Amino acid sequence: MTLAGVAFYLLSAVAVLSALMVVSLRNPVHSVLFLILTFFSAAGLFVLLGAEFLAMLIVVVYVGAVAVLFLFVVMMLDVDFVELKQGFTRYLPLGLVVAVALLAQLVVVGGAWIERAGPDRAPLASVPGLTNTETLGRVLYTDYVLLFQLAGMVLLIAMIGAVVLTLRHRPGVRRQDVAVQVGRSRAKAVKLHDIRPGQGLG
Amino acid sequence: MDIANLTASLPWLRPELLLTSYALIGVLIGAAYREKAAGVLATLGVLALAGAGVLALLAIPGKPQEVFGGALVIDSFGVFAKALIAFSAAATLWLGADTMLRAHDRRFEFSLIVVMSTLGMLIMASANDLITLYMGLELQSLGAYVLAAFARDDARSSEAGLKYFVLGALASGLLLYGASLIYGFTGSIQFGDIAADARHGDVGVVFGLVFLLCGIGFKLSAAPFHMWTPDVYEGAPTPVTALFAAAPKAAAVALMARVLFDPFAGLQAEWSQVIAAMAALSLVIGSVAALVQTNIKRLMAYSSIANIGYVLMALAAGPQAGAAAALVYLATYLPATIGVFAIILAMRRGGHLLDQLEDFAGLAVRRPWLGALLTVLVFSLTGIPPLAGFFGKYYAFQAALSAGLWPLVVLAAIATVVSAGYYLRILAIVWFQPPVGEIERPSGAVAITAGLSTFLVLGVLSIGLGPVARWAVEAARASFGS
Amino acid sequence: MTDYLANYLPILIFFGIAAAMGVGFILIPWLIAPKSPDSEKVSAYECGFNAFDDARMKFDVRFYLVSILFIIFDLEIAFLFPWALTLTGAGHEQAVFALWSGLAFLGVLTIGLIYEWRKGALDWE
Repeated sequence: MTLAGVAFYLLSAVAVLSALMVVSLRNPVHSVLFLILTFFSAAGLFVLLGAEFLAMLIVVVYVGAVAVLFLFVVMMLDVDFVELKQGFTRYLPLGLVVAVALLAQLVVVGGAWIERAGPDRAPLASVPGLTNTETLGRVLYTDYVLLFQLAGMVLLIAMIGAVVLTLRHRPGVRRQDVAVQVGRSRAKAVKLHDIRPGQGLG
Repeated sequence: MDIANLTASLPWLRPELLLTSYALIGVLIGAAYREKAAGVLATLGVLALAGAGVLALLAIPGKPQEVFGGALVIDSFGVFAKALIAFSAAATLWLGADTMLRAHDRRFEFSLIVVMSTLGMLIMASANDLITLYMGLELQSLGAYVLAAFARDDARSSEAGLKYFVLGALASGLLLYGASLIYGFTGSIQFGDIAADARHGDVGVVFGLVFLLCGIGFKLSAAPFHMWTPDVYEGAPTPVTALFAAAPKAAAVALMARVLFDPFAGLQAEWSQVIAAMAALSLVIGSVAALVQTNIKRLMAYSSIANIGYVLMALAAGPQAGAAAALVYLATYLPATIGVFAIILAMRRGGHLLDQLEDFAGLAVRRPWLGALLTVLVFSLTGIPPLAGFFGKYYAFQAALSAGLWPLVVLAAIATVVSAGYYLRILAIVWFQPPVGEIERPSGAVAITAGLSTFLVLGVLSIGLGPVARWAVEAARASFGS
Repeated sequence: MTDYLANYLPILIFFGIAAAMGVGFILIPWLIAPKSPDSEKVSAYECGFNAFDDARMKFDVRFYLVSILFIIFDLEIAFLFPWALTLTGAGHEQAVFALWSGLAFLGVLTIGLIYEWRKGALDWE
């Protein structure tokens, strides 16, 4: 077996096993940690495919950000996970049926893939002498400009949606306004009174 | 790719560019003036949506134009669908923003999210490759998830948003899985290339198509992917439900038609059974379940499932007849639905919106005009002959018959009779039950929308339907003719 | 293929070192540290009472907002790497178009940033 072959089987085995741990572990925090391991293995598989940029993106975005978000959500929700798991066994037969159906389909599709002569066109011509990231960059901002800009709109709507749904201003919170603080002048802040002895401010 | 080609594509995107500029400028206006901007942004949003519809209609290409290197295709079918989407979205945004402002909810983001979501719908209507399809769908859905949970202090609304999001993400996953299979087996994301390859009938492509149809079926709320619909319709704030019931349906139908008739036209033998089965299930589940509902929003949810059944029946008939019948059906169904929702939004008592069927008791006594309009609209939804809804159903039946799908037609005829049961139940409550309380005077937006949609439903039968149907047939021929 | 994978050899070595250190820090105390385990030593102690409830505290929803805004800008940054690489090398016309297309993308997200700022989503009350 070649080096790439060994790496492939190692990474896929880790990916599948850790994905299994994600859904079967009792403690949700451990599930998230195994999810991170799954993401790492997927990144490794992308490296094997030659899609280096995507691999690094998975590490940066999924491991760096999405996994942290999942941890927050797990900590934020007041869910009794033991109770939640009871539903798991009840729906297990149905889930197994769906899983077996999907597996059967994968097998059939895999068989069809082996039988066929090969794809009619190469998915993406890689340009010799260019790195994976450069190859992507050559087409992403010109050929696929529409999709790129739509991605910007999707991110914008996600931003607005997150703010609309979760931002709450608490009443009675005193905020620091640096501009007001710095812009405060002596005339506004200090008032001098001449107090005669024995009379007070009255 | 040639840069000149990309810049030359821009003029074809005028409707989308208008909506994008509205959204970007609107965000800035909102950031500057906050709650004070809500009214202005709503008005501008309605104008932008209506303007997008007009701009789409102003540029109907003679033959399909592929722009942005084939990412989008501008054809008369797409223009027809875009006009339906944009005008429905404009009407429902007007209704929705008016209702929100009356309830002193001055979050200006409502209009922005509606318009950005509509931008996604316009992209869906003219998608010409798998990634564009997905991006349009995601842009539309993300907005919809946020809107469903918009009343964030209401547990039912939050639940609706969460349910919609989780199931929608699952559907997107299925769709992406299907798209990846199709890409793997054909080596291309372009609909044209897929069409050339799909004729071989690879197992992988067929499986991919089935997953793709599952994903779109979810957005269409076609049975058996309809489970989210009643809960989301009931839980979401009523103005949002009105939005969900109109424009997104047109966009999903347009997308479904395009996927079936463009890349997979060669696989009609494979998909026509799937579509026919979805149509039959939607007709049965929608009509039967609607009979026992006590909440008008849930009832409208099941009604929309049944109506999607008729559209799918038309689509099962194949490219030209199917696309034309689907367009005519949408053109007659959307005004009636928007009108009914306008009247649901008019049902206010003590500053609260009513959504139980029993609250409609005696509406015809308290507000005779609303009762009369609702009667015409519901008659149209039922498919009573002189009204627009009848012609929509007529075209759908005719398309299915011409393709020899007579078992489906028989089922649809039975479903129509059953649907008459629950539609007439609404009218019986409105006309013959004693009034239970006062109904507030409807606002201008509500009255005008209800009146206008009734006028469309009535007026289309006398003058409009002939040209509309002819145009639909021509659009279908120009876009999907072989 | 082997040449290409050889590029990743340093990373593999790093993984090896990290794994060795992780295992080592578990193994060494296990071997040399004095231990006399007792279940009472590790039980929760709360001023003489048994623990009232789970030690896990609910996080404030504001953490979620911060992290989702972080993800969005993280994704924005991800799009900038190929952008930076294409601004030289490709044909002039392509590069100019790519420059403006990237700037438009940044512009959209900057508008989003202005919105968040004005809404006070970036403040911690």
